[in-house]
Order: sequence, then C-alpha cells, then structure tokens
Amino acid sequence: MPLLEVNNLRVDLPVEAGTLHAVRGIDFHVERGEMLCLVGESGCGKSMTSLALMGLLPRKARLTADRLQFDGIDLTMLSERRRSDLRGARMSMIFQEPMTALNPAYTLGNQLCEGLIRHRGVSRQEARERAIYLLERVGISAAKDRLNQYPHQLSGGLRQRVMIAMALMCEPDLIIADEPTTALDVTIQAQILRLLRELQQEFGTAVIFITHDLGVVARIADRVAVMYAGEVIESAPTPALYANPAHPYTRGLLSCIPAPGKTPPGSRLQAIPGVVPSLVGHVEGCAFRNRCPQAQPTCERTPPLMSLSGDHRARCHYADRPVPAPRPPETIS
Amino acid sequence: MGTFIVRRILVAISVALTISIVSFMLLHLSGDLATSIAGPEATAEQVEQIRVDYGLDRPIVSQYLDWLGDALTFDFGRSYYYQSTVVDLIVDRMPVTLTLGGLALALAVGISIPLGVLAALKRDTWIDRLALLFAVVGQAMPSFWFGLTLIVVFAVTLQWLPAAGSDGWQHFVLPAIALGYYATPAMMRLTRTGMLEVLESDYIRTARAKGLRTGSVIFKHALRNAIIPVVALAAVELGFMLGGSVVIESVFSLNGLGQLAWDAISRNDYPVVQAVVLIIALFYIVLTLLADVANAALDPRIRTR
Repeated sequence: MPLLEVNNLRVDLPVEAGTLHAVRGIDFHVERGEMLCLVGESGCGKSMTSLALMGLLPRKARLTADRLQFDGIDLTMLSERRRSDLRGARMSMIFQEPMTALNPAYTLGNQLCEGLIRHRGVSRQEARERAIYLLERVGISAAKDRLNQYPHQLSGGLRQRVMIAMALMCEPDLIIADEPTTALDVTIQAQILRLLRELQQEFGTAVIFITHDLGVVARIADRVAVMYAGEVIESAPTPALYANPAHPYTRGLLSCIPAPGKTPPGSRLQAIPGVVPSLVGHVEGCAFRNRCPQAQPTCERTPPLMSLSGDHRARCHYADRPVPAPRPPETIS
Repeated sequence: MGTFIVRRILVAISVALTISIVSFMLLHLSGDLATSIAGPEATAEQVEQIRVDYGLDRPIVSQYLDWLGDALTFDFGRSYYYQSTVVDLIVDRMPVTLTLGGLALALAVGISIPLGVLAALKRDTWIDRLALLFAVVGQAMPSFWFGLTLIVVFAVTLQWLPAAGSDGWQHFVLPAIALGYYATPAMMRLTRTGMLEVLESDYIRTARAKGLRTGSVIFKHALRNAIIPVVALAAVELGFMLGGSVVIESVFSLNGLGQLAWDAISRNDYPVVQAVVLIIALFYIVLTLLADVANAALDPRIRTR
C-alpha cells in the first residue's frame, strides 16, 4: 500500500466571478521513502494540492476526493483535531518563503522544539537535544548557540535549513516541500537541494517536492507529476519522463531549459506561447489546447488519462499516437 | 538590551528638558505675569512690587535656570493661591489621578484586547459587527456626556454608586468606566487589525503546519505579534488619561491633578501650572520609555536596531 494515495482530488474556491476550480480531479500516489516531484507553472494548483494534503486550505476552500488516504487513514473523514495530530508529526511541510515562515518573536530553539513537545510530550531538554542534532545534520554550525537566536539574525539560506530541521523534528513519514529553493540564491539552491535529497535517503522519508523548475527535478526526483491548469497531465518515473515526454506541455517545458553544450550561445530561449486558461467556471476539453502546437478538433473533448509504458501516464489524445504536423514554436528573445 | 535602554533614557532626558524650556517660555511670553498676578485693581506700583518680589524683572534665561535648578531638587516654589508648596499640592492630588488612570487603563486593556481578538477570529460575523459597533459608539460619544449619563443612571436613578467625591473605591468606578471606555475603541481596533494581519502571515501557517493546538497558534504565535503596537498605544492612552482627565475629574468632582491644573490656570497660579505641565510631560516620557522597553521585550528585532 502506498504511503499516500490521492484519487480525483478537487479543490474549489469561491471567487467574485464564480467558482475557481484550483485543483480539478488529480490522481497520484507516493510510496514510502520516495521523492515525487510536482511540477508546473504558477497557478497550476500545485500549492493548493499541498495545502489540501496538509489540511491547511483557506477556510473558504471546498475539498472533495474519491480517495485521500495517508497510511491507510482517510484524511477527508478526520476532525480538525485529529488532523492536527498528524500535522508536524507524521506529515510536515517546508514552505517557499523562509524569510517570513518563522515567527519573529520567538527563538529558533523555541520554534524547533514546540512541535516535538506537542506531539511526543518530551521534556524541553530532550527536544533541545534533538534540535541541536538536526541543526547539525542540516549543516548549521554552532547549533547550540543558534537555539537562542531569533530568525532575523539568520540569512535566508540558514532559515530554510532551520525549516528543514523543523520539518524533521518528529521524524515524519512524509515531507511536503513547496518550492523550498525558489526564494534563495542560486548557489544556496543547489546546497539545499542536495541536503534535502541526502536527508530523504538517510531518514527514509517520503518527499513531495513542488517546483516550477524541471531542471531541479532531473537531479533529485524518483518520479515526476506534471501539473497544468489544476490537472496532472503527465506522470512518470523521472528517466522515462525525460526520455519520452508524452504530453506536448511537458515537451514544451523541457525545451525551455537551455542545455549546456546543446543550446548554442546567443540563441533565443524557447518559450511556450499563450497563457494558462482561467479556471473560473466549467472548463471543457483539454486545458492546454489553446497553447498546444499540435491541437486538433478532437481536443475539444476532455482527454482521458492514457496509460503508456509501465508507470507512465499522460492526459493527451495523442499521447500514444504520432504527432500531426506541428506549428513552428514561437520564440522570445 | 542594556545599551538600548541607556540610549532611550538619554533621549527621554533631552525631551524632558526641551518640554520644560518650551512650557516655561510659553507661560512667560503669553502675557505680563506680574499684571495678572496683581489683579485688575492693582496700582502700577503694586505690579512693580510683585515683579521684583517674584523675580520677574530679571532676564528670562536666568529665571528659567533658577527654576530648573530648584525643580531638579523637587522644589517648585509656593502656590500663589493655596497656602502650601506646589510639591505638597501635587503629592496630595497625584494618587487620585493615578488611581483613576490606572483603573481606566486596566479596564480598557481588559476589554479591548479580548474583544479585538474575538472580533478578528469571528471576522464578518455578528460578533465582529457588535464589537465594531461598540467601538464606534465609544469613539463618537464625548466622555463628559457618557460620564453624565453614568451619573444619571447609576448614581441618581439606581443609586448604586456615588456621583461625586474621591474618598473610597466606589467613587472611582464610574469615572474609570467613563475614561476607560474612551480609550477602548482605538486599542480594540488595533488589536483586531493586528490579529487579522498576523493570522494571514506565513509563520501562522508554519505554526499550524506543526500541528500546534489552536490556542497555541492564536495566543502564543499570533497575539504576541499583534499586540506589539497595542502596547505602545496603551502607554500613550495612559499618558493621556493621567494628563487629560481634566474633563472627567470635573464631571465627577475628583480632586486630581487635572482639576488642580484647571484651577491653577484660571487663577494664574503659574508655579502650579508650570509644575503640573512638567509632571504630566514626565509621565508621558516615562510611559513612552516603558512602552519602548516593553516593545523591545516583545519584538526581538527592535533590540538590535
């Protein structure tokens, strides 16, 4: 049984113009100890998905799912109180913005320890020892002194390391990392990524890594799920996805990454023309067809999730068929 | 933290000196003190005599320095009207004003913070609207009128509490309510706005992601941050209530500092006016200092600034 099973998860948000279908029936699963990457551009529903898994959706949001099971527990049936017993203990989260994710009024030690004390009932002293151990593991020097420091005394990279340590405090089975490196300098990004991967393998924690950067995925993920307009449009083990991207959107994303040695210096960067459709109201047919270089009349109908080889699935009428003559891709400078 | 406090104290001292100079100058330049002390029927010789007796013929700078030198040893001279020293008068009246201000502040804080938190948590519900109505009424209603209403209802009609005087605790209930209600709306609104803002912040999401209990999220993580500006406001409000309770003190015939100041101004009892102005300014300064220290204790980012 997978650690996390998600079937037909939907998240609707009431907005002024009607109902925003932020997540439109997605399916995926996460095995124990594996790293799944959710990839997509902003507004594709990946953050809403992670908040839905954590039970941290905005109060007005409405969640439905055929199945939302974590280690055999039906998350949709849990009371808020039981849900909060899981949060931080068995599933924890690392957020995008390390500069604002820590409470400015309390020491790092206080914020690191409180979750462990709440969930495991350990003494402050035991919690501090665990915090020191984890701070050292995430590469923070003078860990003991850091416990008495405040968030504003740390750089963004250090704060994100603290957030990672915080997520590991109760040895959760699942960590959801929502664009944990986006707000950081490029040099720090690579360090944090490597750290996450190492820790994930060392502690055997499953990780859902959310990113908009397919370049990141290649380095760390076991499997990838590509999201577009509130749907998972392709999911596959990482090597398969890179070798045979089946959905035109995935191909578009991949061609946007400049490859050293392949992309000639000075050449124009690839881009996917057009914009993501509005998800307010009923969305009919393939959501990508207005940007798709190979769109056909068939695409007015909602495409099924096609099973390709093994664990490789794609939501496109032409996932397993030859591409009809494509339009030339547009470029931007 | 140590250097922070020392720095703030130095600033406070210079502010106090500035205020003493300004108030001294204003009083002495606003008219001929000798003439007003002597009264309308005095002859020119009598006015001259008073001028010499009180040292008003000397240069204003030396008058100020003399006054300051005495003030530093808590000698504010004698009242022109009462047969006692200014210090005795102030010591006599101060407890009344302090009691009133303290009670009113305790009442205002005790109501506004829980109500502000509740309104923020129950945003856009009838509880929130009721709290806002309570605030709007408090802001719109003049405190003397509210004081009079309290007297009519609780002292005259129901006869539960005395209407005037300052002998026992019963005398402070109604004025404390009148003064406290006046300070409540601003603090309640600030608490509510602060809580709404903080509850939306990333670190509250982090706290919830840790699975903390609702009480811990709201009171430990949210309120602690939302309350920082409220502390500063409370200090200013208390300063206002100590110095500006003139109206309430006269409505309830409380013999406090406000009443003393009012009488002294109308009688040209300028040593008293001078001393009361300085004392009230000192209250403000000490309170702002305390608010700064309290803020620094609540917000670690301020300490290192």
